[in-house]
This record gives sequence, C-alpha cells and structure tokens, in this order.
Amino acid sequence: MNEFIKYTVNIAKGLHMLCSGMYITMLNMIRPKITEQYPENRGKKTYFENFRGELVMPHNENNEHKCTACGICMMNCPNGTIQIVTSVLTDETGKNKKALDRYVYDLGSCIFCALCTSSCPQGAIQWTNAFEHAVYTKDKLKKQLNREGSTLMTKNRQ
Amino acid sequence: MYSFKDITDGIDSILHLFLNDTFATLAELILAGLALIGAYAVLALTLIYAERKICAAFQCRIGPSRTGKWGVFQTVADMIKILFKELIRLDHNDRFLFRVAPFIVIIASMCTFAALPFAKNLHAIDFNMGVFYLIAVSSLGVIGILLAGWSSNSKYTMIGAMRSGAQLISYEISAGLSLLAVVILSGTMKISEIVEQQSEMWFIFRGHVPAIIAFFTYIIAGHAETNRGPFDLPEAESELTAGYHTEYSGIQFGFYYLAEYLNMFIVAAIAAVMFFGGWMPLHVSGWDGFNYIMDCIPSFIWFFGKTFACVFIALWVRWSFPRLRIDQLLNFEWKILMPICLINIILMSLIVVF
Repeated sequence: MNEFIKYTVNIAKGLHMLCSGMYITMLNMIRPKITEQYPENRGKKTYFENFRGELVMPHNENNEHKCTACGICMMNCPNGTIQIVTSVLTDETGKNKKALDRYVYDLGSCIFCALCTSSCPQGAIQWTNAFEHAVYTKDKLKKQLNREGSTLMTKNRQ
Repeated sequence: MYSFKDITDGIDSILHLFLNDTFATLAELILAGLALIGAYAVLALTLIYAERKICAAFQCRIGPSRTGKWGVFQTVADMIKILFKELIRLDHNDRFLFRVAPFIVIIASMCTFAALPFAKNLHAIDFNMGVFYLIAVSSLGVIGILLAGWSSNSKYTMIGAMRSGAQLISYEISAGLSLLAVVILSGTMKISEIVEQQSEMWFIFRGHVPAIIAFFTYIIAGHAETNRGPFDLPEAESELTAGYHTEYSGIQFGFYYLAEYLNMFIVAAIAAVMFFGGWMPLHVSGWDGFNYIMDCIPSFIWFFGKTFACVFIALWVRWSFPRLRIDQLLNFEWKILMPICLINIILMSLIVVF
C-alpha cells in the first residue's frame, strides 16, 4: 500500500512538473520576439552607446576640429592603425607650431581597443556606432578622419 | 459547404456517363488516390512551415521570413532543393533493402492517411473496423525504419532503428488501449459512426474522466510512436547524428522527413476524430441557435482546426521537455502509462455499463 501511495504521488508530482514546464514555454511563445530583421530595421535601431564601430573626428560647423596633432594616439595605438601626418606652421609671433595635415586611420587593422580615444588630451576623436564596414578593396578601409581644409579649433571660439 | 456529397456524387455521375461500372470505379479509385497524394504533399509542406514558425515562436525567434510574405514559400523552396539533391550510393550495404525502406515508411503513412475523415462525406477508406485498421497500418512504418537501420550498415542507423523498434512496440500498446477506451464508449470501430455519434457532444466531454485520461495517454503514446517530442531517441542528433536515416540523402531522406511530419498529423487527426468529433461541429443538445451557427462553419475547417490544435500540443510538448533516456522511456511506458491505460479501460467500462 505504501508503495502504491508513493507511485501515485510520484505520478502527480511528475504531472505538476510537466505542467509548470509547459507553462514556462507558453510564456516564451507569447513573449515579443527578439529577432532583428537587419536590412529592414536599418537606421531605426539604436545600439549601445559604448559600442565601438568606427573612429571619427567630429568637426564643428566652421570645419574645425580639436586635434592638435600631438601624436599621443599614434604612439598608444598597439598596431599602427593611426598615422598622423603633420606640417609645421609659423604663426604671427614667430613660433613654430605643428598642425594636423592628415589623420589616417586604417579600419582594417584596428582592434577597437579604444586606447586612442581614452588617451586623447583634447577629446578630438570618438567612436560611433557605424558597423557596415564591408568594402571591396582593402584600400577603402584606410580613411582620412580630418576633412579637407579643416583647421584647429581656437580656444576663444569654444 | 458543410457536406462534400454534391461534389463526390457529381464526379461519380459524370464518370458513369462515359464509362461502364468497372472502369468508373477504377477511375474513382485512381482519382481518390491522386487527391490523397496531393493532399499529403500539401499538408506536409504546411506542417513543416507551421513547425518552423511555431518552433521559432517558442524560442523567441521569427522563423522563416524571407521567401515570400512571412516566408510562406520557404518549404516549397526546400522541397525543390531536396528533389534536385544527389542520391548518394553507399558501398557495403544491402542495396535493395536500402532502396525499399523509405517506400515502406511512406506507404504505411499514406495508408493511415487515407482512412481519415477529412470532412462530411469526404472519407476514402471507411469500413467496420476502421480504428483497428488505423492502429495496424500506422505501426507498419517501423518495418521501414528497422530495414533502413539494418541496410545502411552503420552503427548509428542500427542503434536508432533498434531504439525505434523498442519504442514503437511499447507505445503501440498504450495508444491501442487508449483508443480502446473510446471504442468501448462508442460501441463501434467504424470511424464514420464514431464521428456520427459525437453529433450531440464530443467524446472528451461525454466520456467523463476516462475519456480525458484516454486523450492524454493517447497523445503521449502518439508522440512516442511518431518519434517526436521528448521521445525522439531514434534520431537523437546529439548521440546518433540522425538515427536511422543517417545514410540517406536527397528524396530518400525526404520521404522519411515527409512521413515523420505526416505521422504527427495523423496522430493529431486520430486524436481529433476519437475525442473531439473529427469534422463534427460543436453541438450542445437543446441550444438550437448555437448549433445552427456552428453548422455554418464548413466541416473541413472543423477537422483541420482540431487537428492543428493537437499538432500545436505536439510542438508545445516537443519544445518544453528534454529528451528521455531509453531506459526511462521504457520504464515510463511499462510502469506508468500502460497501467493507467488498463485502469482507464476498466473505469470506462464501468461508466458505460452503469
């Protein structure tokens, strides 16, 4: 008799567990779906703020950037992704000053470690969420971050 | 369109205009066969699509969504692909049995499929021991599975086939016994009569507790018979790659795939016929207005609605529970399910007698 009670209790317990399992799967069934339909949701989806997609150098409306061409980012970069080409300018006081000529960033060799942005004393470069990097040739991954004819932002304008 | 009698009688009279009796019957047989094969293929595609969509929903995905609106043509594309695939020839196997095995599986499934009442007066095979026939032919498929496992000459297929054999032979008993409970309640084995008797109320409501128990035991045993749900040991992909159809490719594999899905449909359809009245609309005696509204819904919609509800239960169970071990599987059958079925039959007999 004792055995029989155990047997029936066992079946009842099993049934209860099966029902609770099916309840959980049903909850999952009616939950909103998390699949992202990529080409359709292009531009509609917001990504995490700290997702590192691509390095950019923000410019203001006067085509000015904050990069002083100090080269710290280039030195910090672990695999030579950043190349800074400078030219020397002489200002009105007669002092020689380095100015940014071209800021070349090779997306193909970047490991997205963010040592450049964290070490930049001016906050001149930052990350965006852009992730559609596919191109047909490797050269297209080499990008110039400063725009044509851009100059250094002066202090009083800031 | 509540009844298909006009259409079938119309075809019959047209054939009799041109042919004599023998040839008219022959032509009708061929037409019915073709219609069944067509329905078989279309249903298989629908079921595979439904399975993929519902599985996706259970896993918080969307499922096929690229081929056509909501991916409805995905299974059609898959079918075309599988038709063009190469049939790989194996060395060191029993070539004749290897070729024959998929046909046995699909013929067994077709034979069962033909005996289902799809709608009012749309019932190909109907004779006085229909339930017995259903149980008998639906278990023929295991021969094909065993042959496939044997003739492939591979350890995976052999183990898969042996598991399938053990599983099917065990669970066939429970399935038969739970259908027997309904047969006791209805007093007949003829499927059309079983459906006709449920015009007042479906058996699951009329049969008190034993009918409900019989429904659940049948659903469990049916899942095990079709090698699905938590009972998919014969093709346990993590252990046996693909089980008994590991060595098959192309349309030969497609046959197993089709038969698997259609067996799921057949089990659901038998459950719908025996417990939910098949194509019979929901009638409550006394509520004439309600009964009239229910009669307005076509009978094939009732049948397919009920069947797909049962298919949904199968998928729900499949995505809820982990796969059983072979000893747990057999313990479950012989120590729990079969005693319950036997007690249920006694209960049902008591209810019918008193």
